[in-house]
Amino acid sequence: MEPPIYWPSFFFLLFSAIACAFAVAVVLSANIVRMAFYLVMSLAGTAGLFFVAGADFVGAMQLLIYVGGTLVLLIFGVMLTSQDRFISMKTNSFEMGMAAGIGACLLALLVWAAVSVPEWRGLDRATAEAVPLQPTATPIGMGLLGVRVDAPDKSGYLLIFEIISVHLLVVLIGAAYLARTRQRRRPMAG
Amino acid sequence: MAQFFSDYTWPWLAYTLAALVHIALLLNLVAVAALLFIWLERKISARIQDRLGPTRVGGKFGWLQTLADGLKLLTKEDLMPGGADAFLFRLAPYISFCASFSVFMAIPFAGGQYPFVAIHLNVAVFFILAVLGLEVFGVILAGYSSASKWSLFGAMREAAQVVSYEVPLGLCAVVPVMLAGSMDLVYIGDRQAGGFWNWYLFHDPFTFITFWVYFTCATASVNRAPFDLAEAESELVAGFHTEYSGLRWSFFFMAEYGSMLAVSLFAAILFLGGWHGPLPLAAWLDWTFDHGFWHGIAGNVLGTLNMLAKGITGAAVMMWIRWTLPRLRIDQVITTCLKYCVPIAAVMFLGAASWQYAMPGRTFFGLVGLSPAAYQLAELRPTVDTESTAPTKDGSPDREEQSAAGDEDPVELQSSVAIMTRDDQR
Repeated sequence: MEPPIYWPSFFFLLFSAIACAFAVAVVLSANIVRMAFYLVMSLAGTAGLFFVAGADFVGAMQLLIYVGGTLVLLIFGVMLTSQDRFISMKTNSFEMGMAAGIGACLLALLVWAAVSVPEWRGLDRATAEAVPLQPTATPIGMGLLGVRVDAPDKSGYLLIFEIISVHLLVVLIGAAYLARTRQRRRPMAG
Repeated sequence: MAQFFSDYTWPWLAYTLAALVHIALLLNLVAVAALLFIWLERKISARIQDRLGPTRVGGKFGWLQTLADGLKLLTKEDLMPGGADAFLFRLAPYISFCASFSVFMAIPFAGGQYPFVAIHLNVAVFFILAVLGLEVFGVILAGYSSASKWSLFGAMREAAQVVSYEVPLGLCAVVPVMLAGSMDLVYIGDRQAGGFWNWYLFHDPFTFITFWVYFTCATASVNRAPFDLAEAESELVAGFHTEYSGLRWSFFFMAEYGSMLAVSLFAAILFLGGWHGPLPLAAWLDWTFDHGFWHGIAGNVLGTLNMLAKGITGAAVMMWIRWTLPRLRIDQVITTCLKYCVPIAAVMFLGAASWQYAMPGRTFFGLVGLSPAAYQLAELRPTVDTESTAPTKDGSPDREEQSAAGDEDPVELQSSVAIMTRDDQR
């Protein structure tokens, strides 16, 4: 019997609708805090898509980094740009048109790429249900430490991981250096 | 659960029913916990200040006081400042509550082969840390959209505080993850089976200190006194919820008490043995899944009671701290985090790692060998590592056990072996 509701499809459509609708809302809104809020909702919808796809580690990562990161963005948005009580940004129609054109080009390219590769066509329902749900955290962790679980004969991503780690460390130290208060010793007697 | 229902009805309905049962149970847990905690807070604060607290409502001890308060809040007018951003103002309490509630989806209340958990996540620790940080989002939106200086100040303080305290909180949570070798909370809990000397709190001196650092950071991250700068009533009227009234205001409090319980339960699983009591009572009574399915369920119910007792104790300690210590200044709060908690947590992490290297398989400060119960449970519940390094294609029994709790798991329906038959095999 064909089930009236197929939950994976339902949640896929739900989360993609959330992600897309709030992404459009980010563009159309003029208030910077509302924009940030819509962006958070859109990113949370993407995290939901990852959870539906069984990639729980990447989903949690999306929540922690993107949603949490946007939060900090929001704070700085309020703190640094706040002149009025509610900040609003106006976009003129030329910029809107440019953005729409570029966005349409990118969308066309992505849709074409997604449809043209036969391996990305998606499985039918019976095949998809037969695929066992694998834990994803361990393969990712092992892969970053140089052992590919899915393809043991191939090399892992240890070097890339190290380069990114060192790069991030440099960025952090640099940010701390730039952000420190430059105190001059002043003579005490005044 | 979905598997159980799918023996009787269609799979799509089985999933719906299972989800509804989980949601109903967890919502009730959070709501009743808030009810209890507000009463407990009144009583504890009263006793600390040498008062009686509520005594009349509901007969003895005033235990229905919260309900009366709730009714009062329901009848209050729902006010909104004229200059407020109406949409965000209305939404903010619900965001706070949703984030606080979502944590409970990944918290297991009992382990074994059929853990009591809504979503059995492989990366539950990580998920909980991610979602805990989202509660502040509602607070910031509330502070911003209220169009009030007090609210905005409170929200900014809260943001700075929560973002800084996430760092030591994460560092502390990593220590039990490292000792257990998994981010699966069910697995972490079951590794501490068999008596309090197996708890990670007593695993070595470093984990002992880590627990207290974790508890400090958890208190700060759920915005409780002495870290409640966001609602410092002596300076900011009431901080981020100055402009709220009635039911919306009470949602913030539901969220606060919900996350208090959540971080306490999280601490209980990570450090205090989770659903395993101080003495292995369930094992002595043969209440394990080795002796039959219903024996195991009885043990799990006992474990759930253990968990709730630990969670409530944790929350009560937070109340005790709140009414004992004066509020810190904002610079003291940040100093506590960055100058004390982060370095201590980092050193404890290194220390725990070296201790594990020096004394593997020993616990209780290295005095006792790890109890066989922990190994036994660990063997019964296959670890993530062994599974993924040797992936099995068919639904072998081990894989079924691993996926028994995941509700969105396609394997589950496929291998709809009834729970009872598996029990007989064992």
